Amino acid sequence: MRSKLNHFTRRAMREAALLAAMLIPQAATAAMAADGPARNVVDNWTRIRPGLFKQRSIAGDAEQMIELVTPVRAEDAAVVPVAIRARLAQSPDRYIKRLYLIIDKNPAPLAAVFNLTPDAGRADIETRVRVEEYTDIRVVVEMNDDSLHMTSRYVKASGGCSAPAGKDPAAAMAGIGRMKLTLEQAPQLNRPVLAQLMIRHPNFSGLAMDQVTRLYTPPHYVKRVDIAYNGKPVISADTDISISENPNFRFYFVPRQDGKLTVEVLDSQDASYKAALPVKTN
Amino acid sequence: MNMRGLARIALLLGMLMPGVVPALAAESPLAVRQVAPGVFVHQGAHEETTAANMGAIANTGFIVGERCVAVIDTGGSLENGRRLRLSISHETSLPVCYVINTHVHPDHVFGNAAFKRDAPAFVGHEHLAAAMLARREHYRRSLARLLGERAASGSELIAPTQAVASDMSIDLGGRVLELHAWPTAHTDTDLTVLDRASGTLWLGDLLFERRVPSLDGSLKGWLAAMESLRGVPARLVIPGHGAPSADWPSAMRDQERYLRALLRDVRQAIKDKKTLSQAVADAAGDERPRWLLFDDYHPRNVTAAYTELEWDD
Repeated sequence: MRSKLNHFTRRAMREAALLAAMLIPQAATAAMAADGPARNVVDNWTRIRPGLFKQRSIAGDAEQMIELVTPVRAEDAAVVPVAIRARLAQSPDRYIKRLYLIIDKNPAPLAAVFNLTPDAGRADIETRVRVEEYTDIRVVVEMNDDSLHMTSRYVKASGGCSAPAGKDPAAAMAGIGRMKLTLEQAPQLNRPVLAQLMIRHPNFSGLAMDQVTRLYTPPHYVKRVDIAYNGKPVISADTDISISENPNFRFYFVPRQDGKLTVEVLDSQDASYKAALPVKTN
Repeated sequence: MNMRGLARIALLLGMLMPGVVPALAAESPLAVRQVAPGVFVHQGAHEETTAANMGAIANTGFIVGERCVAVIDTGGSLENGRRLRLSISHETSLPVCYVINTHVHPDHVFGNAAFKRDAPAFVGHEHLAAAMLARREHYRRSLARLLGERAASGSELIAPTQAVASDMSIDLGGRVLELHAWPTAHTDTDLTVLDRASGTLWLGDLLFERRVPSLDGSLKGWLAAMESLRGVPARLVIPGHGAPSADWPSAMRDQERYLRALLRDVRQAIKDKKTLSQAVADAAGDERPRWLLFDDYHPRNVTAAYTELEWDD
């Protein structure tokens, strides 16, 4: 009995050792994966950069002009709030002309390009983006002298059951084009006032492929937003599928007199939606 | 080598390198409890998916009729599903004729592929196929990150072959299950199962016990669904996470308190013109000591609630 057990144990140990030897490389891989993928295995930024900025030099000093605020972890992969806060006022002499919002590891990394005028008063933008996986989120600032400046933040992916796709696509589709345009502060003449634009839109990425038909759902997303005050452009944005369902933008504008804030939205199927808000200062 | 030998090795390796030996560990059946005649439940761990638990974090189980067996949720990985299949074989030799997916979340459905060989009808909410399609790639990458690429391989989401639009009955032979597809609540794919014979109501993630509820659909829809559920004459309810309970509808009390706190605080935050990030930092914080995994899910719940409620007038 005893020798039989010993025999079994020895044999089992030998088999176990053999199996372990075969499996250990995977063990190492699994341990690494659990800590998150290595950050620089494929440098997506290096790949995207030439298409966006060609050979133009980009300084790493954007923190002097803006603060980029992102959560450490994308709590909800579908809705990750991103804020760009300007450290300088928009003056006709020196202003932020363009903000490029880039999510390195998303399928379409360029989430949005915001075009700003001095009439924005402040080049602050807040929006919500989809984050597919562990990634750098970066902002490239283009000043009115055409110089480029960059900063970035690392964002960890969300937990297991969160997904970049919408929670209730049927509901989002049902109200498509509805907008809410509001002032977040009491407006004062010649002072930047904070406004919020909410656009009901599924912003379908078109990335999901039907495994049976091998067909992609066509993308359907907001591609352009134009905001003006009394007919004069304040901010415009070229947007893409990395922007969350029901696109949301918070921004500033300066009312030089009472008037009307207007918004025009164009989607990838060329449908356009309009909203307006009368502004009366005290 | 005989089966016992293999099982021993699996055990040994499992201790040395948890999660690295899916094929071998899969040979041990999942622990199930018979909570009513012919109704078996495996109670998932109150944990996040890891290589150690291989995704066995949700409640899964099966109901045995005279003709065949219905599986309700298959767990968070192929291995999880295979171990559940083994548990079924231990209890009955009847075939598996239905695999019912209570909703799209990966901890409930990633074990689907373990039942392919049974060629069952896969049953789910009418929105389930689209939700699986939209989330499949992301869930697959996420599982690979959590378990390792090798351990995650083979885990699949299988689209329903029978879609439930509102109500449907299925017969396991002398045993009828009533399925109900809900409007968007926990997710937009929630399906409940009522076993008429025993009065057991399988709630999927429409009910969480001890583990903090996760909101991935509609807060107002979920509260409305709970209102309707209250009227279902159940003798025993199985939550998606946590212990089965005969205390019905009181078993929903904690969850209702949490969801109502979320509703109240997020509405207030929006009224006070707080941003999404500010709401995430503040809302329903007093619920924190009452739940497990609160910090893992609550910020996301606030996000989901905020993006829903901000459209209210």
